[in-house]
Order: sequence, then C-alpha cells, then structure tokens
Amino acid sequence: MTLTLRTVAKTYPGGTRALLPTDLDIAEGEIVSLLGPSGCGKTTLLRIIAGLETADAGASIRFKDDDMTHQPVERRKVGMVFQSYALFPNMSVRGNIGYGLKMQGLPRAQIDARVDEVIALCRLEPYAGRAITALSGGQRQRVALARAFAPRPRLLLLDEPLSALDAALRGQLRDELAALLRQFGITAIFVTHDQDEAMAIADRVAVMSQGRVAQIGTPEVLYRAPETAFVARFVGNSMPLGGRIDGDKLHLPGGTLDLGAPSDGKAAFVRAEDVRLAEDGPLTARVTAVTFLGTHYRIALSGATDDTLFCLHQGQSAPKPGQTVRLAIAPQSILTLTPEKAAA
Amino acid sequence: MRIGKALQLAVTLLAAAFLLVPTIQSVLAGVTVNYFQGIRSGLTLDWIAVVWGLYASSIFLSLGIALACLCVTLVIGVPAAYALARNPGRLSRAVEEFISLPLAIPGLALALALLQLYGSYKGFRMSWTFILVGHVLYTLPFMVRSVQSVLAAIDLKTLEEGAATLGAGPARRFVDVVVPNALPGILAGALTVVTLSIGEFNLTWMLHTPFLKTLPVGLADSYASMRLEIASAYTLIFFVMIVPLLLAMQWASARAQQITK
Amino acid sequence: MSSRQFVALCLVPLAIFALTFLALPLVRLVLASGEGEAGWGIYWQILHTPRYLTTLVQTVLVSVSVTTAALAVSTTAGLFLTRNRFRGRAVLLSILTLPLAFPGVVVGFMIILLGGRQGLFNTIFPGHVVFAYSIFGLFLGYLYFSIPRVLLTVMAAAEKIDPALEEAARTLGAPPHRVLRDVLIPALAPALVAAGAIAFATAMGAFGTAFTLATNIDVLPMVIYTEFTLSANIAMAAALSVLLGIVTWGMLFLARSFSGSTIAAGG
Repeated sequence: MTLTLRTVAKTYPGGTRALLPTDLDIAEGEIVSLLGPSGCGKTTLLRIIAGLETADAGASIRFKDDDMTHQPVERRKVGMVFQSYALFPNMSVRGNIGYGLKMQGLPRAQIDARVDEVIALCRLEPYAGRAITALSGGQRQRVALARAFAPRPRLLLLDEPLSALDAALRGQLRDELAALLRQFGITAIFVTHDQDEAMAIADRVAVMSQGRVAQIGTPEVLYRAPETAFVARFVGNSMPLGGRIDGDKLHLPGGTLDLGAPSDGKAAFVRAEDVRLAEDGPLTARVTAVTFLGTHYRIALSGATDDTLFCLHQGQSAPKPGQTVRLAIAPQSILTLTPEKAAA
Repeated sequence: MRIGKALQLAVTLLAAAFLLVPTIQSVLAGVTVNYFQGIRSGLTLDWIAVVWGLYASSIFLSLGIALACLCVTLVIGVPAAYALARNPGRLSRAVEEFISLPLAIPGLALALALLQLYGSYKGFRMSWTFILVGHVLYTLPFMVRSVQSVLAAIDLKTLEEGAATLGAGPARRFVDVVVPNALPGILAGALTVVTLSIGEFNLTWMLHTPFLKTLPVGLADSYASMRLEIASAYTLIFFVMIVPLLLAMQWASARAQQITK
Repeated sequence: MSSRQFVALCLVPLAIFALTFLALPLVRLVLASGEGEAGWGIYWQILHTPRYLTTLVQTVLVSVSVTTAALAVSTTAGLFLTRNRFRGRAVLLSILTLPLAFPGVVVGFMIILLGGRQGLFNTIFPGHVVFAYSIFGLFLGYLYFSIPRVLLTVMAAAEKIDPALEEAARTLGAPPHRVLRDVLIPALAPALVAAGAIAFATAMGAFGTAFTLATNIDVLPMVIYTEFTLSANIAMAAALSVLLGIVTWGMLFLARSFSGSTIAAGG
C-alpha cells in the first residue's frame, strides 16, 4: 500500500467531531475520490493528509515506510490543488509552476527543464507567457495542477478541483483531468460533492457521511450494491419503497412487486430510471406532475408507495397529470438493505 | 517555526506596551498625591478638582464646539453626500478630493490661510465660530465620506425610483428614503466628527485666543506650565471623555462597514 | 422642483462653505507667500537658506525613519493579529488602535512620561536617561501615533489575503520565511506603500507633538509657527506652508492611487 491511514479523527475545540476515527488504504497509482455532501468530513480528511490540519492523538499516516503523521506540511512532499487554485499573483505562470522546485533548491537549468516538461504535459504552451490575472478559469486550473505536479510529489491531493468552473466547462475539463491524472501515473485523492465527477475520474470512491466513510468501492459496486441507505440515495438517487415484505413479495399500496428472493425484515429501494411505465404492470399510480428535462421526462406519481415515487421516462410523449398509469419494476432493480443499514 | 511566532508576539506586545504604559502612568499620576513619591504617597481626587477649577471652561467650550460642529457637518455634509452618491463620476471625485484637502494639508497651513483672509474681521476673529470653522473644515470630509460610502453600497437609485413611482417628490424621498437608509453612515460619521473635534489641536492652536481655549489647548498649556500631577489629571479627564467616544466610533464604523462589504 | 434641482440644492451649503472657508483662504495664502520682499522668489530663497534647508532635511529624515520603523513594527503586529486568534486579542487590538485619535500634544506628553526628567526610564535607570527632549524623543512621539495608522491599513489588507495562497506555498515546501517573502509581502505591497505614504505625510505635517516636546530640533511645522508668531514673517510662513502642503498632499495622492481607501488623519 502506498498510503495507509489508521484511526485518523479530527475533533475541533468546542467539541465538533468533524471526522470520526477512519482507516484508509490507497494503492500506488490509484485515484481515489472522497465523495459526500458538505460537512461530511471529506475536506477535513484531505487537509489532514496534506498536513494542513493535525489529526487527533492516536492517528497514524504512513506513506510507504515513511511515518508522516507528525511531519509539517512543508516536508511531506504532497502536491495540492486548492479549490480557489491559490495561484501566486506576483509570479508568472512559469514562476508558479517552478516554485516547488525552487524550494527544493534545484539548479536553475533543471528547474527550467522540468517546468517546460510539465507545461507541455498540461498543454499550457500558449499561456506560458501570460500573467496569472490574464488566465481563464480552466487555464488557471491547469496551472494549479501543473504547479502541484512539477516538484514530483509522492501524492497529489485535489480539493473540489472543478467546482470553481461553470457547468459547461466542468464536463469538458472533467475528462481532461481524468486523462491527465492517468498520464501522470501518480497516486491521487480528490474531494468532490458531485457523484458524476467521482465516478468518471476515480478508480475507487469513498462515500462519506457525518464524519465517517460509509462505503468504499469501485463506482460500479457503489452504484449496484450500495451497503447503506445513504449510499443508495447519494450515489444514483435511490428512493425508499416502504411497504411490507412477505417472503419474496413486496406489498405496496399500489400493488405487489416480486423481489426474486426472500427478503423478510429488509427495506427496499429503487432508482427512478428503473421504474417503467407498463400497461400490464403490477403497480397502479396516479400522475401528479410531469417535468420535461430534454433527454427524458421525470414523472411524479402518488398512490404506488406511501410517498411520491419518481419515474424517468424516455419517449416522445408522457402521460398527463391526473392520469392513472400502471408501473413495473424488475426484481433485480430493487435493492434490499437490512434495517440498520437502511437507517444509516 | 516557534521562534518566528514568538518574535512576532514579542513585537506586538512591545508595541502595545509602548502605547499603553504612558497612558497608565498618566492616569495614575493624575490621582496620586505626589508623583515623585509614587503610589505610596496616596491616592486623591484633589488634582482633578484643581484641573476642574482651572480648566472647566475649556472643557465646556470643547464640548460646545464639538456639538456645534456636529450640527454644521450634518447640515452641510449629509445632503452633499447624497448629491455625490447620486452622481458618481469624475466631478464627484474631484469635489471629494477638494473637501479632503484639510486632511492632506497640515492644520497649521490651513489655519494660516484662514488668518490671512479673515484675521482682520475682529468680530469674527474673536468669536468661537472662528474655531468652529476650522473644526468643520477638518471633520466634514469624514462625515461626507462615511455617509457617501453607505449610500453607494445600497441601491439608492432603485429605492428612490420605487418611492417616486409611489408619488414621492425629491424632498420627500430625501427625508423618507435617503436619510433613514444612510443612518449607519450618519451615526459613524457623527461619532467621528465629535471625537475628532474634541481632540483637534493643530488648527485650534493657531486660531484660539486667550479667552477661547479648548480642551487640547488647555492640555498644551498644562504640559508647559503646570506640575505633572495636574497635567496628568487633565489628561485623565480627556481620556475619560475620549475613550468611550473612540470605542463607540469604532463600533459604529464597523457596523457601517458591514453594509459596504 | 425636479430631482436634478433638488440634488443641486443639496450641494449648495457645501459649495458656500468650501468656497468661503477653503478655496478663498488657500488662494489668499498662496498670494501671501508672494507678498514678501522677495516676491515669488521666496521659494527660491527657501531652498538656498541653510536654516530652512536643514529643517527640511531633518523633517524628511525623521519622517522617513518613523515611516520605516512604523512599517516594520505594524506589519509584524498586523500579520500576527490577523492570523492568530487568542484570548485577549481584541483587547490588544484596542490598545494598539485607540491612540489614533490622540492629539499630538497628548502624544508628546506620553513621551515625556516615558522619557522626561520625571519619566519612567529615568526612574528605573537613574543616571540621566532623559530622551524625551531629544530627536529620539521626537522620533518616538511620531512613532506613537504612526503605529496605529499603519496597523489599521495593514490589517485591512492582510485580512483580504486568501489563506489558500499561504497553504499552497507550504505544500510546495516553502518554510515560513519564504512564505513571508514570496507570498505575504508581495500581496501586502500596495497596502504597505499606501500606509507608508500616509505615515510619512502625517509625520511631515505634525505640529502638536513637536510643540509639546519643545525640542531644539527644528521640524518644518515648528519653523512655520515661529516665523508666523515670533518673527511675523508672514510671507515666509505662508511660502513654507504652501511647500509643506504640496508635499503632504502629493504623498497622500500617491497613497490613494495604491489603495484607494480611507485616510486616517490627525497629528
């Protein structure tokens, strides 16, 4: 393992427990995302790894054989890309990128060579001569990345790297960032609240909630086999179905669904895209609202479950509010979770 | 690096001590029977009584001028700030620059200028209004700036347009919309004007007459000719007056600043 | 009455006041400077009279050294106070900024209490540590009212610095003194220039402090004072005032082009 965290926790004076004792193992060259809503502890964890915050006593942060736990940030050799980029306005693009190398005391020629190399790698040649203030958001992001990467850090940390950009740019830069990180071949950890971003870029995603890691796994595993209700809701927007489970049947106000296997004592969840309009479906419901979202319709239904059920429907037309429709949900699309997990 | 931080703290504390120690000395000296002997000689309010007997008129004069100064700056400054806020542009900046000249030019020079032009009008020259003029010159920019920055930060134009569509004429709008919304700035400006007026010396020294001594002029007098205990007691009275005003001024200014953020 | 008329009316009191008591007197002052024996040549005369030249040089030297010292002390204190929160911070800040409104005379008295014949230092170290009436005393007096001014300007700017800049430099391996040199000082540079200009201008024009300390050191404002009151040399006093006014105004103009914020006044 390249990075090993044991019992890393953070309690602020005043009692706030921002991070509960957490263990984490990251392999060489792996890209891991810390995903979660604001306040879940993901940024705190990142900053502890960087050395910008100190963990509570008893924590251990090891990078390969090196115990980094008590090393000051200046000596950890971790590269960090900040949410606001934090580029030095009093230095040029080259000056910024070369700063870490300068701190290492390398000779001028070596610094220049490495800066050129990184500029080429990040495709910054057209902007290399500009002042920081003359760069656009996307260009600044690349400079921030180049600057963190140039001094050959052991680890690259990114704090919400795309959140400062507008939505259109974000999608495009997301793919570029993923490609660059793979090209670097470096171990990287990035924090985000955007599940699409996490799933597109990371090898593994750690979903965090209220100071702890709820589940860590590849994007597919998280999506298809969430272990708790929180993960089910956060990754893929699952809705609880409620109702009463009897053997392999789920009894709902609007009808009965097949679960495929006995699931007594568990709670059921489903994703909106797995709810289908079917003329012969087992569930009956009434349409309360229809929203057109371009690629699909989002239909709000009442009567099928105790709460509102959503259905994502692709097609040329959709039913009207007030209409009664029938729904079907395939047994393999229904997620069942044990009650403790369902409450998590 | 611990050394660095300790050094920073040391510098900060040393600077604070440099500023604080003599003020404490002054306060103590003002209530000590004999400064040379120190606290052992006992505490007393006698010196303050002496100061009051000698300088009560100066203190009252300063208070009176400060209040008059406040009234004048309100009447001149608040409407002017409104006019400037409504017309941001080069002309406004030039006007602001001009009325701020008394801040940029030493009080001495300003006093000289006033004496040159109006010194021969004996009635005016001998009146307290002559000193008042100097104080207004010096404090007006603070009132104008304070009110103007608050007005510039709120969307004055839209507020006035709203009132206009409801039938309010310009004077009505000024009273009902502009002034109430400018109150934080007016308050901060008022406290600043009063505080600065009470403490103003450079201008006042040149403009005063033996019958018109303000508090700071009295202070200079006591520093030059009175024993240390009296000078300290007088300074103590000054502190007692000025420190609450200063704190109120800082509070009001911070409040007005919140709006301009 | 239309809106425009009303707005114009709002400026009338200011216009009357500014014209009567600011514009005209200043014009009269400039004219007065030219009414002496030498006429307008008086300005030339000033630069060629050793006494005035020495005074000018001394005033500039004192002002420059005070500015430097105030910048060093207040930047250190300002950075420290901005980046550290601790018990008593508010009190410390109040202590450091309240002297802002002390008139120069009171500041002079403070220095006398520290370094006069009955002063603190002479009591603690008997053997004639009396510095209040020397140029060092004057320097300290000017420093006393300059520290709060510079501190406020520096702190206002320091608060605006993005903390991520410092953190970024640290992640790149920069030790604290490099962070100060490469990130903090450059970020504060405009504020430092502005604060320095304000401190310089205030020191140049300070009168009350020098008056109270009654030193043998001649600073320009004192010379103006004696020319006017003792020598009744109106033209000279006026000319010196005009020169001093131009210098201080110029300095403050420079300060504003670098920061565009408030000017703390007094002296």
